[in-house]
Order: sequence, then structure tokens, then C-alpha cells
Amino acid sequence: MWDYTDKVKEHFLNPRNVGVIEDANGVGEVGSIACGDALKLTLKVDDNNRITDAGFQTFGCASAIASSSALTEMVKGLTLDEASEITNDDIAEFLGGLPREKIHCSVMGREALEKAIRDYRGEGEKEIDGEIVCECFGVTDKEIETIVKENGLTRVEDVTNYIKAGGGCGKCHEGIEGILRAHWGEEPPPMKKPAYMTNLQKIKLIEETLEREIQPSLKQDGGNIELVDVDGDRVMVKLLGTCSSCSLSQVTLKDYVEKKLRELVSGDLTVEEVS
Amino acid sequence: MNITYLDNNATTRTAPEVVEKMLPFYTEYYGNPSSMYGFAGYVAKKLAEARIKTAQLIGASAEEIVFTSCGTESDSTAIYAALQSYPHKKHILTTRVEHPAVKSLCEHLSAKKGYRVTFVPVDGKGFLDLDYLYDHITDDTAIVSVMWANNETGVIFPVEDIARVVKKRGAVFHTDAVQAVGKIPMNLADTDIDMLSLSGHKLHAPKGAGALYIRKGTKFAPFLIGGHQEKGRRGGTENTASIVGLGKACELAGERIEEENTRVRALRDKLETEILKQVPHTVINGDIHNRLPNTTSIGFEYVEGESILLMLNELGICASSGSACTSGSLEPSHVLRALGVPFTIAHGSIRFSLSVYNSDADIDFVIEQLPPIIEKLRMISPFRAQENQT
Ligand SMILES: Cc1ncc(COP(=O)(O)O)c(C=O)c1O
Repeated sequence: MWDYTDKVKEHFLNPRNVGVIEDANGVGEVGSIACGDALKLTLKVDDNNRITDAGFQTFGCASAIASSSALTEMVKGLTLDEASEITNDDIAEFLGGLPREKIHCSVMGREALEKAIRDYRGEGEKEIDGEIVCECFGVTDKEIETIVKENGLTRVEDVTNYIKAGGGCGKCHEGIEGILRAHWGEEPPPMKKPAYMTNLQKIKLIEETLEREIQPSLKQDGGNIELVDVDGDRVMVKLLGTCSSCSLSQVTLKDYVEKKLRELVSGDLTVEEVS
Repeated sequence: MNITYLDNNATTRTAPEVVEKMLPFYTEYYGNPSSMYGFAGYVAKKLAEARIKTAQLIGASAEEIVFTSCGTESDSTAIYAALQSYPHKKHILTTRVEHPAVKSLCEHLSAKKGYRVTFVPVDGKGFLDLDYLYDHITDDTAIVSVMWANNETGVIFPVEDIARVVKKRGAVFHTDAVQAVGKIPMNLADTDIDMLSLSGHKLHAPKGAGALYIRKGTKFAPFLIGGHQEKGRRGGTENTASIVGLGKACELAGERIEEENTRVRALRDKLETEILKQVPHTVINGDIHNRLPNTTSIGFEYVEGESILLMLNELGICASSGSACTSGSLEPSHVLRALGVPFTIAHGSIRFSLSVYNSDADIDFVIEQLPPIIEKLRMISPFRAQENQT
């Protein structure tokens, strides 16, 4: 079922400011049908650089329509400088929050606004900055860097939720990982446990956690750990190197590995050693 | 609010007759069918009856039926059974449009377990490329798994013909018939199909019961290893109430298969024809002739599926979308993409799937409500506007 706030639903069912402003002097278009959503924002700006009217047309899911509607309500009456300050978080907040997978809808709103303001100011199209990383959705490395920096994203999946990059064929996941590594360096910020995961997400996160958090410290002692299988909440691992012969291996497994996985992935996990 | 339920490929209403048969097994007849005393013997007897009824619906004999918990378990059991029975064979042949119950398992076997998997493509109407399929059967092929009917488009595959060829070439043939059973008459005794999956909750039985047909003489290894239930083919105490329900539902399905193919088909056709007539820039995904009688996948250009579903939801109309937005992934459904349905249509595709419980009034209600919804969303959409200008 849909995890939308009443405000999202209300803006979806009764969208404000639908359409194109006839004598608009700032227009911003983002997205395409292939992407699954697109937004055309038209602004009427007066001589004092104040937005007097705003209109939108959106192709997309309920939250894309609601985000667009919210955006038009938010910008009306603001000066361009004030409007430029609006972030995707502000749009999401206006709507009482958006589901994680739908955050890109609010990002689309901010991008359209930015474009419309540039258009009004006669700054023209922002040059495509950087190189395309995600072919499916045409997202560049610079755009990914910006979103990572602004929102403190640490995982490919978060990048996908924000600007879709990596949500298509998946070929660019390595590229996105590279950007994340370049930004965070060797010391990524502590990982946060997500609220809800699909099985696949869970397995990926287990792999990541083992790789990033657990293997390095075992390796210091000449040991290592390998993920064999995940079955529901059962994580099956193999201890290698000095770990495998260590008399404390069960302690390592329960007190360290399991504790870490429970902390960073899911509290329900149990870790078992298989041979 | 009245519910207009047109999502029967997702799950179905449990038939009242089925519920009635099940209830005593939650109250007085709680015995374990494996126990020796007469009190449990009654339960065992009713289980045996359910097995006969299930077999009858698909033209099999009772010993060929193994009860499972769902279609997914039947699919997994079939595929693992073939792989374990022919351990030297490392190739699996299936299609690009399978349900995740088969697709994700095959992807897993390919990514993690060292099997080679070939996914046979389909054409724009959703038909399988049979030459491609036959060309890719080798001595290394352990199992060929092809669904009988597709859950999104309803397109039917010629599984009986495919089974004949596969058998000659020495591989096991399995079909996921979860959407076909009860809608397409079948007599497995006359075919070369080795294994077939069905799921209770798709044919008005409760959730929690499914079955796997295993042709007599087919090599088999259990998926759930445990007690000797199901003649050692599936360990675990039987879900007696649900299985009794499945038996009753199969009996009803046999009686209603005619109605599925006449009255329900006519309702589906009416819905489709009227919507196509009233809403421009609308197409049917998949072949319209070779199709389940209850299913239609309608693509509306310039609008996005989730928005349509949410507006239908406001009216109590239940359907599903081939759009990605509901599933969390951003690509449209793998089935529609395999058909080559353009993005403009794939993102705005809605599946309506009917059952014998649908009435003329249900269909008339949708015919009345859907066109203005599409119109409203197209008014909001920038693509429609662009088209008007040119
Ligand atoms: C073709 C097909 N196969 C398998 C399944 C899975 O069945 P179950 O939900 O009983 O596991 C479904 C259900 O959607 C289906 O449509």
C-alpha cells in the first residue's frame, strides 16, 4: 500500500496551479517519459524579482504530482533569491515527508525551479557539468557528487532514491561507488541502519557491512570472514585464516560479528558458522 | 466504500463454499493426519479427497500431487528437484517473462550457484521465440521451465508443444501454471509435462496452500526434508484446513471454467473495448487472442500507472500496474520491457484481472470512472500538452 501522508494525497487529488502560465518569463523542464517522471515549471516574475504566479505540468507518480503542486504553492510570493534557497528537503517537509524511494520527486522539483530561475535570469541552460555516469537516467558525476555532499549519502541505493542514478540497468553502480569513495575517502561516516529493507537490500547491506566494518579488523589479526549464504535472518559465514583455528572463534562470531551486523543491518540477524 | 475487485491475478476472494469446508478443520478436526487413531484418520481421509479433487482439475492422478504452501514453493521445489536429480547438468532454460518465483530463483542460481541460465525472449505480442528455445536445449540442460500463462499480460504459451520437444531432447519440463489452472482446461495425462506448479489463492482457495504436480516416474528430490508427509516428497505437517479448501476450490474451478471462458471473458472484452473506444492513445499489451479470459493489460500513454491506481483506489477499484513506481524499482515491469512496450506506454500500464465474482455492474462502474481519471491526469501531464500544440 502507499505510504503517503495525507498532505501528499491531498495535493495529488487536488493539485494546485496545474497548467502553463500564459505570459511566463521563467520556464524549467526536467525529466522525460523514459525516466518515468517529468516536470515543466512555469513562473511569472515581476519587476521586483518576485514570483507572482507559478504553474506546473507533471508526468509521474502521485508523489511527483504532489511535489510539483507543493513547489508552486511554496514559491508564489517569494523573491527569486528566496526561492533559490528552497531545497528538496523543504519540499518533502512541506508535504509532511515522502517515502524513501520517492525522494527523487522532490529533487525533481528543486531542479525544475533552479532551471526556471536560470531561464528568467537569462543564464541559459546550465552546461552539462561533468560526465554522464548513469546512462539510463542521464546523470553526471558532478550531479551525483552534489547530491552526495548535500545530503550526506553513503550508499549507491541512497543515490538512486535521490536522483535515480543507478536505478535502471545497474551498470553504473561501480561508478557511483567510486564517487562515494572519492567523497568520503577511506573513512566513510558510520553507517546508519535503514528502517526497512527488501531481502536483496538486506543481503547487500550484510555484504557491505562485512566488507567495510568487519573484515578490516579481523584481517589485522591475520584472520578473515566470508559470507556463504543468507537465509531470512540467518547469516551463514565461514571463518578463515587465524580465525578458523582460533579457540575464541565462537566469541568472535557472536560477540563481534553478530553484534555488529545487528547494530548496522537488522536486530533480528543470527550468525552461524558453516564449513 | 464498495470494493470493485479487479486484481484477481494478484489474489482472489476465498469462495464462501471453500471457507465453509475449511472451518471445522480449525475447530473440531484438529488431528494430525499422520497420527494412527481414528480421530486423525478423518482428517487424513479429507486430505486424500482434496488430493483427488486437485488432481481431477488438471487431469492427473492423486499420487502425482504434492501439496505445498504456495506457488513459489512449488516452483522452487520443481527446479531444485531437477537440478539435484541431474547433478552433472548445469544449464537451465526459462523465459524472460517469468514471475519472480522462477525468474529470481534462476538469477540466484546463475549468480551464486554456478548454473548457466538462458532466458528465452518474446516478441511484441508476448509470444515466445520457440526457435530460440529449441536451439538452446543441450545435453547439459537439466530443466526447461516455461510458464503456462503470463500473470501480467495473460498471454498463453504453447507448453504442451514445448514439453513434447523438451522430453525428446532429454530434459525435464516444468511449467508455472499458477495463472492458468482453473482458467484453461488441461489434461496432464495426455501431455509430456513433467512438473506443474499451482497456487490455491489464485483460484479462490485460501492463501497457504499450493500444489506441485510430479508426473509418475519423474526423478525427484524434496525441497523441505523432514518427516514422511506427502510420501517423503515434502516434509512438514500438512496445512490441513487450507488443503481441504484447495480441494473444494479445485472442484468449484472445474465447474466454473466454462463461465470463466464465456461470461468472464465477455466482461473482460467489454471493459477493454469500451476503454479503448473512450480513451484515445490507449493500447492493449500482448496478443489479444491467445490470452487468459480474465486478464487485460491496458497501456495509457502520457500518464503514469501509480497515479491511475491511486485515483482508482479513491473509488474502491482495485487493479495493479506494470509501472515501477509501486515496486520501488525505477524500471517498468520486466514483462512489458521484454515485449518491447515503449516507455511511453509501459509506465502507464494497468492490469485488470477479473473473476467469476465480478458482475456487469463492476465493469460498468470502471468504464464510467476510468476515462475521466485518465483525462484528468493527462491534463496535468506535460507530454499530452506538447502533443496538442503540434
Ligand atoms: C505466474 C505466477 N507464478 C507464481 C506466483 C507465486 O505464487 P504464490 O504467491 O502462491 O507464491 C504468482 C503469483 O503472483 C504468479 O502469478
